[in-house]
Parts: sequence; C-alpha cells; structure tokens
Amino acid sequence: MALLEVRGLTMEFGGLRAVDDVTFDVHEGEILSVIGPNGAGKTTVFNVLTGIYHPTRGDIVFRGQRLNALKPHQITALGIARTFQNIRLFREMSVWENVVVGAHTRLKSGFFSSVFKGPATRREERAARERAYRHLEFVGLKGLETTKARQLPYGAQRRLEIARALAAEPRLLLLDEPAAGMNAGETEELMGLIRRLKEQSITIILIEHDMRMVMDISERIVVLDHGRKIAEGTPAEVRRHEAVIAAYLGASARAGG
Amino acid sequence: MIDWLDGVLRGFINPYYYGILVTIGINIILALSLNLVTGFTGQLHLGHAAFMAIGAYTAGLLSTKAGFGFAGAVIVAGLVAAVAGVIVGLPTLRLRGDYLAIATLGFGEIVRITLLNLDITGGPFGLRGIPRQTNLPIVILAVLFSFLVLRSLVNSRMGRALIAIREDEVAAQTMGIDTTRLKVTSFTVAAFFAGIAGALFAYWFRYLNPSSFGFMVSIELLAMVVFGGLGNLLGSVLGAGVMTYLPEFLRTVAPAIAERRLVFYGALLVIVMILRPNGLLGTSSEQGWLEIWLARRRSQGAAGRVGSGPGAGSEAPPATGGAGHGPA
Repeated sequence: MALLEVRGLTMEFGGLRAVDDVTFDVHEGEILSVIGPNGAGKTTVFNVLTGIYHPTRGDIVFRGQRLNALKPHQITALGIARTFQNIRLFREMSVWENVVVGAHTRLKSGFFSSVFKGPATRREERAARERAYRHLEFVGLKGLETTKARQLPYGAQRRLEIARALAAEPRLLLLDEPAAGMNAGETEELMGLIRRLKEQSITIILIEHDMRMVMDISERIVVLDHGRKIAEGTPAEVRRHEAVIAAYLGASARAGG
Repeated sequence: MIDWLDGVLRGFINPYYYGILVTIGINIILALSLNLVTGFTGQLHLGHAAFMAIGAYTAGLLSTKAGFGFAGAVIVAGLVAAVAGVIVGLPTLRLRGDYLAIATLGFGEIVRITLLNLDITGGPFGLRGIPRQTNLPIVILAVLFSFLVLRSLVNSRMGRALIAIREDEVAAQTMGIDTTRLKVTSFTVAAFFAGIAGALFAYWFRYLNPSSFGFMVSIELLAMVVFGGLGNLLGSVLGAGVMTYLPEFLRTVAPAIAERRLVFYGALLVIVMILRPNGLLGTSSEQGWLEIWLARRRSQGAAGRVGSGPGAGSEAPPATGGAGHGPA
C-alpha cells in the first residue's frame, strides 16, 4: 500500500482550476519529484496536502486516513511536514526556537504546565532543545543555534526550514523548491542532505526547478502542466515523454497557437 | 501581614503618591495582559478596557449586591472576564489584522453601552458603595503574580507557539500549531488579568461609571504597550509606569499640557515611533527613521568628510541589516 494516495485531486478558486483531476501515489521511502512550468499547480498541491486549502474534489489518503477535511495542525500531527518556496521562518525567534516550534505536536506541556513548570515540563523542554540542536547539526547549522533566524544567510535559512520540518518527526516531508536561489555548490550539499533524509526512512516529495538535481535524485517524477498531470515515471521515462518536452519547450507546438 | 505592610508603606509614602502607585500597578497588569495578545501573539486588540470593565462591575456587584468578600470577588471577576474572553475570542480571532481591530473595538463599545443601559449597574449614574479594600501591597502582589505568570507563559511551549503565530500564521499552522485555539487562549488569559485589574480598580475607586472604560482607555493601554515595547514584558511595566505618572507630574508642572493629555500621548507615540519603532525596550529588525537617517548620514560622512551624527550616542546602527539594537 502506498504511503500517500492522491485520487482525482481538484482544487478550484472561483473559476480558476489550479489543480485538475490529479492522481498519483507516493511509496514509502522514495523520493518523488513534482515538476512542471510555473503556474502548473505544484505548490497548490502541497497546500492541499498540508491542509492550507481543502480540495474541491478528490481524495487524499495518508497511511489509510483521509486528510481532505483536516486542518494543517492535525495533518502535521499525523506525520506530514513541509518547507516553503518563499521562506517562512519565525524571523524574530532564534534558530533553535524555530526548530522547537517545529516539534510543537511532539511536545505535551499544556497551559498550566507551561506556566507552573514542573520537573516533567522542564525535562521535556531540555530534551526538546537537545533534539533541536541535533537537527541543526544534521542540516549543517551547528554553532548558529542562538542567532536570530532573520540574521541567517539565505542558504542557511533554507536549511533551517528543513530542520524545523524535521523536528515535527514526519514520515513524509514536502520540500518546495529547496534549491531555489542556491549556487551549484550549495545545491550539491542540499542533495547530500536529502539523501541522508531518505536514509532515515523519511519519504520525500520534492518540487524543484533545478532539472539536474531532479533527474539525479528522484526515483520517480510526476509532471504537472496547467493543473493536470501530463506524465509520470522514472527520470529516464519522463525525459523522453513527448508531452513533457512540449510543456517545457513551449505550449504553441502542442496547442497550435 | 498585608495590613502591617500597608501601614509601613503609608508611613513613608504620602497619600497622593500612594494613589498614583496603586493606579500604576493596575495599569501595569492591564498593559502586561494586553501585551500578551498584541505584542506576543500579534493580534491587534482595541477593546481591552471592556475586560477591565467586566471585572470591575463583576467585583462591584458581587460586593454591593451579593455580599462577596474581597478575595472571592476579585477571583470571580477575573474568571467572568476570562469567560467573556472565550466568548468574544472564538468568533473574532478568526479575523485578521484590521478586521480583528474593528471587531474588538466594537466589542468594547458594546460592553460600555450595555453597562450604561442596565439597571443593575446603575446605568449612567454608576455603581456606588464598594468598600475600599484594594491597597498598595495587594496591588504589588497582583502585579508580581501577573508578571511571573506571563513571563513563565511566554517562555514555554505555548509562548513559543504564540510568538510563532505573530511571526507567520501560515507557517505556525503548518508546524502543527492550532492557531485559533491558541489565539483564544491568549485572549482568555489576557481577559482574566484585565478582569483582576478591573476588580482592584473597583475596590480602590469605590465608584464605577461606564465612562471609565471607554475606547480611549483601550487606546491608552495600547499606547503603554507600544511605548514600552511590543513583546517585552518589562517594557509594559515601564510603559504603564511612565504613561500613568507623566500626566500626574505634568499636572503640577504644566497643567496646560496635562489637560491635553491625549494630544501629549499622541505626540509621545509619534516620537517613540520615530526613534524606536519597537518601543523603548523592543527588540526587532526595524530601524527608526532617525536611525536610518543617521546611518545614511554617517556612511556618507565616512566616505567624505569625518562627520558625526548629533546625539547618536550608543545607538550606533550596525553595519548590516540592523542586527539588533535592543538592550544588551
């Protein structure tokens, strides 16, 4: 059984159909890339998967549970975490605090234990901070724990987003253009990081424009264009697919102007 | 114990200053609690005086009509205000930005007009006959209690979640934070403390009138929070202290200004916004216009002649992106 099943997913905003009858599976432990030209509906798919939007039609089933009507925080608790295309860190919070916020659903202390910090709460806080530091070390931000998030350089902010998502202890991690704005060296490092995530048996869906990275790292690729799925397969298959070539080289060739 | 302490305090504080200190204490509690909602959670709330009014009238009515003692009435006042916080918060906190501000403003007016038209509250004649049982030691205890509870709260899992909501609500949701629920909780806690402050107010002034809890009071409280620094609890203590005492001080020194208190508040806020847009003790990335201007002048000066900005003092703007000019 697939980890995530997306069936006939459609998302409409008024008259605009941003995602149109998209179906695909994500298997446990794989790296699946979602590619397509700008405006193809890739980020909308992520927003629907994480509960920011509720789908107009179709079904999303994660580990046997239907996600359609759930709120974002409930979906996170079930084990899906994400990063954002346009970095959305908690800018005024320190780096480690950003990561601990990511662990929100994995911590227990409620209102009264937050105010009257008993030994159990203090232990939980200490452990959460230590885990956050380990996640930061994992993504290569060791030593920057107490810096404010907004003071980090761009590439480090992208890696902090990944650390924050990891703190939610996801089974499925959605990465929305993690390599955007990175140079070749940084992209190389990022690919290493994504491979290490896979080794930790985290399943990954990747939206990315850097084709070299996509072809190199993904096991399977789903191609969207104008909200529709136009192809699916291994990198080699997708690269040869006529519809994909048409979508990338220009719609005029296909639609006849 | 408290009476003894009160006796000692009255021994060396003259009644005039004693009264000012009590008022400052009450305002500190109000400013601290408003800061939780507006400074930490980032929700602009323009009706805080209404929660104070609910607490004050609850305590006043319990005392004059139901024979409640002081401690019981104060606690019940806080709880009633907290319940009002939940009831108002659930629908309004789904709104964002300007809409929330308008909704809370409307709520404040509804409470004031209701109090004005009810028979049991004495309507426009007000509520009389509350015994004076608030004293300075009790107010100090209440301030300490509020401060410690709120400080503990903002430095916890829940506090981090509140700040995360302020920083980026969508990201906060995606990190697993139930934003609506936490916003309502923040609102409720703030309402509870405002209710306590209202009750202390009732037992101090002994007379309640709806006009004491109007829109301008909410704005003054917000001014204290902004002046002291959004998201900084000590700032609220400072803001409430300064903005409560200054008008009193000016009344003796420059009565003409004191009469135009609100003009003065406005001017003060404009100045603070120019000099320190995050309040006196605020820490943030924003630089004031003056700092930006000084930095520009200085960099030009460094390129050309040796210039020094007037009164720049310790406010040296850092080289890149304003990396923190907060207190060290």
